[in-house]
Amino acid sequence: MNVALKLSLSIATASLLLACGKSEPPAAPKVEEKPVAPAPAALEIVKIGLAAPLTGPQAHIGNDIKNGTQLGVDDLNAKGVEIGGKKVTLELIAEDDQADPKTATVVAQKLVDARVAGVVGHFNSGASIPASKIYADAGIPQISPSSTNPDYTLKGYPTTFRVVANDLQQGKVLGEYAVKKLGAKAVAVIDDKTPYGQGLADEVEKAIKASGGKVAAREHTTDKSVDFAAILTTIKGRKPDVVVFSGIDPQAGPMAKQMKALGIKAKFLGGDGWQTPNFIKLAGADAEGAMASVPGLPKDQMPGGKEFLDRFKAKYGAEVELYAPFGYDIVHVLVEAMKRAGSADPAKYLPEVGKTDYKGVIGPIAFDDKGDIKDGPMTIFVVKDGKWEPLETVGGATK
Amino acid sequence: MDILLQQIINGVVLGAIYALVALGYTMVYGILELINFAHGEILMIGAMVALSVMQMLAGSGLPGPLIVFAGLAVAIVVCMAVAFTVERVAYRPLRHAPRLAPLITAIGVSILLQNLAAIIWGKQYLPMPGVLAGTPFEIGGATMTTLQVFIVVLSGALMAGLLLLVQTTRLARVSIAFVIGAAMAAVAGVMVTAYYGQAHYYMGFLLGLKAFTAAVLGGIGNLAGAMLGGLLLGVIESLGAGYIGDLTFGFLGSHYQDVFAFFVLIMVLIFRPSGLLGEHVGERA
Repeated sequence: MNVALKLSLSIATASLLLACGKSEPPAAPKVEEKPVAPAPAALEIVKIGLAAPLTGPQAHIGNDIKNGTQLGVDDLNAKGVEIGGKKVTLELIAEDDQADPKTATVVAQKLVDARVAGVVGHFNSGASIPASKIYADAGIPQISPSSTNPDYTLKGYPTTFRVVANDLQQGKVLGEYAVKKLGAKAVAVIDDKTPYGQGLADEVEKAIKASGGKVAAREHTTDKSVDFAAILTTIKGRKPDVVVFSGIDPQAGPMAKQMKALGIKAKFLGGDGWQTPNFIKLAGADAEGAMASVPGLPKDQMPGGKEFLDRFKAKYGAEVELYAPFGYDIVHVLVEAMKRAGSADPAKYLPEVGKTDYKGVIGPIAFDDKGDIKDGPMTIFVVKDGKWEPLETVGGATK
Repeated sequence: MDILLQQIINGVVLGAIYALVALGYTMVYGILELINFAHGEILMIGAMVALSVMQMLAGSGLPGPLIVFAGLAVAIVVCMAVAFTVERVAYRPLRHAPRLAPLITAIGVSILLQNLAAIIWGKQYLPMPGVLAGTPFEIGGATMTTLQVFIVVLSGALMAGLLLLVQTTRLARVSIAFVIGAAMAAVAGVMVTAYYGQAHYYMGFLLGLKAFTAAVLGGIGNLAGAMLGGLLLGVIESLGAGYIGDLTFGFLGSHYQDVFAFFVLIMVLIFRPSGLLGEHVGERA
């Protein structure tokens, strides 16, 4: 064999490997069925589905939601749930969507086939949006704790809800904050090319321009990259006052490090995707001063926040990353709707979900006619002495 | 101008790492004509082991550089042992088998090591403990950190040392090629971890593929070629990602960074399959 042929062969094999790598871990995600706390002779089991990335770079965020949701299920079971005069036991069925749109639809179908009564999820907008059609076709209510892309609730499905403010609002807050509060004249915007990252970045860009600021650069990366030297160097040349990154913490962490290494003095600002303890771990000392917005109130200022955080930590030995309290509340919202309808049959209780008026850990939860949360507040945080500290809360009565 | 300089500096740092890894591919190929696709995973194991050691020592009050050195030392030993074992168990029995058999075995070993790492260390991104403070400084309008300088200098020294070693002794033993390659990969793994501040069970895959590209670009089996290929590839990627947006008027963006390596690979295979400095095969044991 000559060299060219040998090499082509190797490369063919390598690309095969690459293709395999894409779908790794194997396309069939594991079902993790949690044994439910000892049920007092319950006759009926109501299954609640959960879908989030439980493996891969965003696993810590997905498992955070799963743990919060599990805590909600355990609490309700401990208290005892009665629907339509019958005692029921709740069971959580967690599925791993790997933050991948294709896997999300597979997982959604699995949950539908498992006859779940309602779904908590997904985490990523890129996963929630394609999955929403499957839940809608099956008539199963889907409440996302975290998907903020506006398109999610614009499909017109009666089954689609979320308990976070969407990116129209978050992007507006971020863009205005950069220009008006931080006094930025020029802002560089980077996104991770996912529906969440790019969607939010588009809104940020609009808000920057509307507030009289200039978008000095708009760059993209991916949700798998760790090297941003090239992007950041280009950005450095444009001399922005603020760099906005719209993405998740595995990218935001090294990005903060590389900004400091390149001597970029601009402030680092972002959305809810990296307002996590994990971001501070990944960026180390370079996290200091970074700012990020999160839909909702600061965790410890949520009406039920303090108690929730303590109990979460006692049970799982970890800090809440992001959306655990939202998962906790969603289970309650679903069960409250079932109770009002007197049935756990999705067809019967779905209309009640839309009428939700619930005081949760995260604050009051009610939905508008699209399924978006009403009056979602937004909080800006800053990293100070290695910890996220709330700077200020915007909105809460707007929208 | 300072932007161009900065992109070139970024590229050289990246290229120095590619070159170290590429040496491992090229040494094994030069002797065995085997493309060791598990080489990237050796790097990943080096990174993970070093990370674990550094995490253990992070609270001990030892000076940062010493902690990194300790992590590096353990990583090198572990990687050499793993590479030695892999060669004995997976490749040696196939020495006289058809060429495709060891190639497929190499891919198998790669998948095996990845999954082992996922079991041992989990699938999360693991953060590098904050034991190194990279101080940025200015040169000619561009910024470098001490860590970057260290990466380039250490890579250079290791490569020079290897060249010297090869010229003065005959290193045509298969297991030695594997073991030295593994040591280099371990060093590269620690560099990557320190540079990006994180490690991950899957990190070796793309890095390995790019280093392999670098080895082909320079001329596979050729040590000097691997170094040249690594540096060139780093700079091409950096400049490509930095300027593609401007050159295509925003049609393509810097998220196409990873495309350049494979574009280069295809071009080399079409126009100069033996690489820039020519292939070197046949110093067999």
